[in-house]
Amino acid sequence: MNRRTLYGALLGAGVLAGVCALLILWRPAIEPVTVVPTFDAQQIARGARVAEAGDCAVCHTRPGGKHLAGGLPLVTPFGTLYTTNITPDAETGIGQWSPDAFTRAMRKGVARDGHFLYPAFPYLHYSQMSDGDIADVYAYLMSGPPVHAPAMENHMNFPMNIRPLVAFWNLLFLHTDPIVADPSRSEQWNRGRYLVDGAGHCAGCHSPLNFIGAEKSGEYLAGGSVDGWDAPSLLGMAVRAQPWTKDQLVGYLRGEVVAQHGTAAGPMRPVSLSLGRLPATDAESIAEYVLSLTSSEHVAEVTAARQAPAAQQSLGESLFAGACAGCHAQAAPMRVIDGRPGLNQTSALRAASPRNFLQTVLQGIPALPGKPGPAMPPFAASLDDDQIIALAAFLRAQSNPAQPWPDLSATLHDLRQEAK
Amino acid sequence: MTHLTLNVNGSAHALDLEPDMPLLYALRNHLGLNGAKYGCGLGQCGACTVLVNDKPVFSCLTPCAGMEGKRIRTVESLGTAEEPGELQQSFIESQAAQCGYCIAGMLMRAQALLEHDPHPDEEAIRAHMATNLCRCGTHLRIIDAISRIARREVPHEQQ
Amino acid sequence: MSNNDAVGFSRRAFLRGSTLLVAFSLMPVARRVLADTEVDTLGTVILAPDLAGSLRTNPYLDAWIRIDPQGILVYTGKVELGTGVKTALLQIAAERLEVSPKAINLLTADTALTPNEGYTAGSHSIFDSGTALFNAAAQVRQLLLESAAHRWGVDLALLKTVDATIHAPSGQTMSYADAVVGVDLHRYAQQQSPAMAPQAFKLIGHSIPRLDIPAKVSGGAAFVQDMRLPGMLHARVIRPPRPGCRLETFDSEAIAQLAGVVNVIRDGNYLAVVAKDEWQAVKAMRLGYESAQWSGGEAVPDSASIHTLLKQLPARRYPISHTGSSSPGGTKTYRAKTTKQYLMHGSIGPSCSVAWFKDGTLTVWTHTQGVYPLRAGIAQMVGLPLEKVRCIHVEGSGCYGHNGADDAAADAALIAMRSSNLPVRVQWMREQENLWEPYSSAMVTELEASLDANGRIGNWAYELWTTPHNERIVNAGRLIPARLLARPFASAPSVPIAQPEGDGDRNAIPLYEVGATRIDMNFVTQMPFRTSAMRSLGAHINIFAIEASIDELARQAGVDPVQFRLSHLTDPRARAVVEQARDAFGWPGKPAAAGSGVGFAFARYKNIMGYCAVAVQINVHPQTGEISVERVVTAVDVGQIVSPDGLRNQVQGGIVQSISWTLFEQVDYDAGGVRSYDWSGYPILRFPQLPQDVQVHLLDQPGEPFLGAAEIVQGPMAAALGNALADATGKRSLDLPLSRARPVA
Repeated sequence: MNRRTLYGALLGAGVLAGVCALLILWRPAIEPVTVVPTFDAQQIARGARVAEAGDCAVCHTRPGGKHLAGGLPLVTPFGTLYTTNITPDAETGIGQWSPDAFTRAMRKGVARDGHFLYPAFPYLHYSQMSDGDIADVYAYLMSGPPVHAPAMENHMNFPMNIRPLVAFWNLLFLHTDPIVADPSRSEQWNRGRYLVDGAGHCAGCHSPLNFIGAEKSGEYLAGGSVDGWDAPSLLGMAVRAQPWTKDQLVGYLRGEVVAQHGTAAGPMRPVSLSLGRLPATDAESIAEYVLSLTSSEHVAEVTAARQAPAAQQSLGESLFAGACAGCHAQAAPMRVIDGRPGLNQTSALRAASPRNFLQTVLQGIPALPGKPGPAMPPFAASLDDDQIIALAAFLRAQSNPAQPWPDLSATLHDLRQEAK
Repeated sequence: MTHLTLNVNGSAHALDLEPDMPLLYALRNHLGLNGAKYGCGLGQCGACTVLVNDKPVFSCLTPCAGMEGKRIRTVESLGTAEEPGELQQSFIESQAAQCGYCIAGMLMRAQALLEHDPHPDEEAIRAHMATNLCRCGTHLRIIDAISRIARREVPHEQQ
Repeated sequence: MSNNDAVGFSRRAFLRGSTLLVAFSLMPVARRVLADTEVDTLGTVILAPDLAGSLRTNPYLDAWIRIDPQGILVYTGKVELGTGVKTALLQIAAERLEVSPKAINLLTADTALTPNEGYTAGSHSIFDSGTALFNAAAQVRQLLLESAAHRWGVDLALLKTVDATIHAPSGQTMSYADAVVGVDLHRYAQQQSPAMAPQAFKLIGHSIPRLDIPAKVSGGAAFVQDMRLPGMLHARVIRPPRPGCRLETFDSEAIAQLAGVVNVIRDGNYLAVVAKDEWQAVKAMRLGYESAQWSGGEAVPDSASIHTLLKQLPARRYPISHTGSSSPGGTKTYRAKTTKQYLMHGSIGPSCSVAWFKDGTLTVWTHTQGVYPLRAGIAQMVGLPLEKVRCIHVEGSGCYGHNGADDAAADAALIAMRSSNLPVRVQWMREQENLWEPYSSAMVTELEASLDANGRIGNWAYELWTTPHNERIVNAGRLIPARLLARPFASAPSVPIAQPEGDGDRNAIPLYEVGATRIDMNFVTQMPFRTSAMRSLGAHINIFAIEASIDELARQAGVDPVQFRLSHLTDPRARAVVEQARDAFGWPGKPAAAGSGVGFAFARYKNIMGYCAVAVQINVHPQTGEISVERVVTAVDVGQIVSPDGLRNQVQGGIVQSISWTLFEQVDYDAGGVRSYDWSGYPILRFPQLPQDVQVHLLDQPGEPFLGAAEIVQGPMAAALGNALADATGKRSLDLPLSRARPVA
């Protein structure tokens, strides 16, 4: 081969690579719309339900901020990013987005102007939603009051601060299509799967993630973590040491306090409050589906470590009497009147890791303004580490006396660090 | 009974207490400090709010065991009726009380905010004070009293 | 159908089996029975009907004012509930005695020392006690001047007073304490008092700082909860799950063995523990709750059908207003059914009391609103003669009506009688206050009103169903502890407060000019929950219902709702507050933003007391349904204002509280029990939900009678919110609370 041919081939390869790169790394902008149609009330109502199922407001509203106006920080292993304004504000929100632009964002993770969205926005899951649902939620979002709230600047670590690199991530992981019903399963089961895998994006928290933040294949819903809390495995829930009945899971999913398990706390709480606002059939469908999932893994037995010393037991008992008994004692009103379970009957106390129990003690469970419901104050400032460890050991000894938590001190230390 | 030393408002107090006793009762009954009040005993109303190492806590749910070595401050540390401190004076100026039962808790909650952020805006004040209940509806005056301090210029020697 | 007894317009309090009947029947000189008004109680008898305010029932000047070398003592039978009334009464007395407020020591209700002014309730304090002091103080000063004039042989008109000292033109001086030597203050007040032009007031009409606030911001001993007596024991009570339960088993021994416990009381269904230290008492109480086993108990009604139930329960039907004759078929008609749920007083500090039985006398320190009736009830309960029981008012947290204060006092009394002459302090727990305080009645009202051919309001028909709003202490059986004893006391039959004050029917009669009225109250005597008085009583829902209907009629007439109100109001003071609120608000002033709404309301409390107009702007989020109150403008007229800032404080507080009641509050319950046992089950407004902007306009009326301020805003604020919500959403919501049950779809 002569040099000219070689150079020509290299040039051709370079052009080809450049075109490929362009195709991968670049998306066109979609024309902004200036006039948004009005939508009929029924479609908006359907869209509102999709938005609840998808937890849009949970991420896209910051504490004290306006509904869907963004600004909530999401702390990821790759840096901190801030959710965007998805009110129909023309300048700072999605007011200029056509239905096509919105659909492309939901299915492909690309914004109207062509930039790639970080997969903290779970488009891998939303892409599994039906056309009708995406159209409906578009109607809902575009019918709300526009809020002027400019996007806050992200602080992503190198190299993830280079947005076009997300394209490669998509190449690897964005292979999802709208869910097709399984004819061998009931309607309720299919609806449940649709909600779990689509709008609900449960695997986004409840699956383990690989080192570049994608759900590990083969470990669907096998457990993950979010914001310092454990998102437990959703597999084999019906056959655990303390199994979940359908009624219990439905109640839990809708924000209630259920026997044998307790109530959703931490990041799951807003999800459960959203599900509580949807028709009960949606939570029933999710429960139907989730309880059908089996686990091939046997949950590892925690090896028995040394028992907590007697002095610590008695300190734990003391602390319970002083700090917890007003609500959690056997004859306390929430036990007697509301029939709420004792702490030793809750999932958090029985979990292999003390993480969620400790987080609940540190952060409490916030009350909803103006609405009745379970609430718990935070103890991060009023109990020190030794006290929390003693309490945890004391309570664990009541739920799992043969399996004391071996790593209380280390876990609590981590949580205190994370809170800073 | 346990022998405990509590550091309250800058003084050390050696007390014999049951270790499970919440701080609220130690303050009121063993040290004669009336400021922190029993409103619910459940961490829902904030009438018992005091500062422990500069952080606001519900003293009704804070056991005395483990309070050794911590700096506890109650409303009495801000000033007296005859010589009120700056924040207390601001509450008096705004006449920010009706029955007044919640007010000591409000003062300590506000004090924690102002020590952390000397010039909070009204939204920040509202968000921070949300843990404390007032049933008489004195909120507007409480915000007024706190805002007066928040708007103060920083004295030159502290700049 | 319901079991109704028709009752004529005049009502009497029937107290079968009550010892108080004896005292009542010994006073034949009374010209008018006061027993069925809110603030008066049996035992307060009108001795001097021509005198002003509480001088009618307590006509002796020395009942109100005593002067000695130590200083000036002023007595009032009213109490400080957090309204600032103590300071206001002090201002009035100081003004008319013409002394500095610092020269006066004001004592509030104490059965051993002060006049019996019934209850501190119904916005009557300045009306009753203020008026009495306004006159008594002036007359006392006049007597002192007469005494000095007589002694000096000088013309009274030449004397001046400065700082509790009388000055003669010659330069001679005489202190009040000297002057009083020649005066017998144990004499009836006179009908006429020395005049003082309002322009001359130095204190009345001016805001002076409240006396009690400095202690409250600095941890001073300001509340009954702060009392500490030598050797004082601490007690806690253990209540049944609900009324009517029977105690089956209880292990007193186990509790008695706990550290510090000195007594465990079991008397029928009544349980209490007493310990040396407060925390020990709490722990003993907790063990008590674990140990007690109960059976039976009154069924809890189904909350979904409570309003249907209220219409079915036994009731007495009272005609409230039947005027004019119904004109045939109005051209335009509006019909509305309005409901409210049970509300809680929700005092921020649960009820507390200290009692000491020593040397045969029982003293009870309590935050009750009425020390005299409470004393009688307690005396009957513990079997002591009246003169051996003394009730002294010490402040508690705001009560907003009849809360657990009297019952906690009864607890303290019962326990003190069994506590070997030591003082006992009883503190209720949060859940005990929430579960055992008397609620404000759930109510249902039905209105039908129509416009006549001229577009004016023609027929006005209104019917309401309510349980009692005045279950105060007329006998021992009105005290919960007395009902739990092995030999229980039965509660006296319920009697509604008569018009013009009103009960559940308070403010049921619109002030507007209407053609004909048919207004009736169904007074339900069988109570699913114990209910009693809460700030403004029936006015909250009645004004809400009336003002909603006025708005709807205005709409049908094609007239602006404020203009419509003005065209039906002739009272110039009513018109003045409406116009002031309208102008200050910039009515209608509705912003363009989606979800905005504006609403207006007006009422004159009880149609005889303070005037209040409210304009409000809200925003209802089109997606979440969340209601945020953006701005409130109110104009009020309470006659001669005593303390402008005190008035403003009360009005601001009433606005915030009424917003909370109207938007959020209801007692949650079902067959399993009352779920609102703490704040998580009964959420009230918190700082982030406050209105953004509140303006209060005071229309002073110098020289006019005091009309009372505490309750004027509850009804109009609620009604303005209802009207704003209708404006924002295009749909009329008539079920309180307004923000509950907002489904997504």
